Amino acid sequence: MITKRIIPCLDVKDGRVVKGVNFKGLGDVSSPVELGKYYSDCGADELVFYDITASSDGRKLFTDILCEVARTIFIPLTVGGGINTVEDFDRVLKCGADKVSVNSGAIKNPALISAAAEKYGSQCVVISADIKRVGGEFRVFARGGRDDTEMEAISWIKRCVGLGAGEVVVNSIDTDGVKGGFDLEMLKAVCDAVNVPVIASGGAGKAEDFVTLFNELPQVDAGLAASVFHFGEVKIKELKMLLKDNGINVRL
Amino acid sequence: MIAIIDYGVGNLFSLSSSLRMIGADAVITGDPEVIKGCERLILPGVGAFGDAMEKLKADGLDRLIKEEAAGGKPLLGICLGMQLLFEKSYEFGEHEGLGLIKGSVVPLEGRIPKDLKIPHIGWNSLKLYGSCPILKNIKNGDFVYFVHSFFAEGCGDSLAATTEYGTEICAAASNGNVYGCQFHPEKSGETGLVILRAFCSMEVSK
Repeated sequence: MITKRIIPCLDVKDGRVVKGVNFKGLGDVSSPVELGKYYSDCGADELVFYDITASSDGRKLFTDILCEVARTIFIPLTVGGGINTVEDFDRVLKCGADKVSVNSGAIKNPALISAAAEKYGSQCVVISADIKRVGGEFRVFARGGRDDTEMEAISWIKRCVGLGAGEVVVNSIDTDGVKGGFDLEMLKAVCDAVNVPVIASGGAGKAEDFVTLFNELPQVDAGLAASVFHFGEVKIKELKMLLKDNGINVRL
Repeated sequence: MIAIIDYGVGNLFSLSSSLRMIGADAVITGDPEVIKGCERLILPGVGAFGDAMEKLKADGLDRLIKEEAAGGKPLLGICLGMQLLFEKSYEFGEHEGLGLIKGSVVPLEGRIPKDLKIPHIGWNSLKLYGSCPILKNIKNGDFVYFVHSFFAEGCGDSLAATTEYGTEICAAASNGNVYGCQFHPEKSGETGLVILRAFCSMEVSK
């Protein structure tokens, strides 16, 4: 049977992992290569690399680091951040990425999704949406959650899937950083609307939050988090054991 | 030396990295002379069956691959590369394959329960059949990574492993020195490297 996936996310700037990382036994806690390998060895099912570099110099550095990570780990690798054109897809895929995650770039130009899906296949195109409740509806936000696009989120995601996105990452701005659990209501609304894999993001504070996620919403395929993994509050191996004990199918 | 056959389909970075990781010498090439000089061949690929077959034919690689396989050279097809090894495919029409393994490629759609998502993406476990040499160090229940919307059926005795996704799906097949994996060994962590190692260490008949 197919397993639920656990995905750590690394934010990379100037070739370093930015969000605080707190591991013992890791020589260089902010090296994406070391950290990527560490997660891969711990049983992470996939890695997400997020490029938060602004300058083009930084972008080149990111590409170099990405190649090095891709050479070191042999699990699927998704890359996001600053993806605005099909050439951006090309750049990161050539470095060993398996999937490319688009967010603001798709909001500015939805045709990016269909162009990339046509060229690389839907399995390669991930739509990542930052969503927040505004006046009783789910709204899509752009530019890292700063700008309200005034677009209703569920119809936006349906549109993206219609254009060829093969996977959806739902980042709830409302639960992000609160550590009170995933946004089950928002995730259910997305799962009910599309039939491609859905990845939950935003809100994980403890291992039990993942159990609740998969028990309450068996349609969700994966749970993504950053700081709870980086700070060791949730250890991937222990998390997977806990999920298994709760009858949730995972890769151990 | 292993030839990773390059016919303009798919991303070969991870595959060549994983071969480097296990200490195998590999070259990415579409040159018939180089391919003839290698002792093992890997046929990778993502995308559509019809396009891929056209590209192989355009370069005469279809004939070359068949000749090399007939000569006893170990050949491993991965994902779409595996599907190309079968007799035919029903992906957007009907296409003839390389015919090196018995069976045909059919869509998941309509053959698995409606509530299951397509493509089949993620880690799934293997159930082994027979004794395929590239799976000799793999156990029932080991996990590998899949990304596909079509699969092979009617493989008969060539079936080497299946996975469960609403129904039993062909995950690996073999016929003599020709092997195919529906999953991506280069993305399947340590388990995938074990499979690639087995392929690279198989004796080659000269």
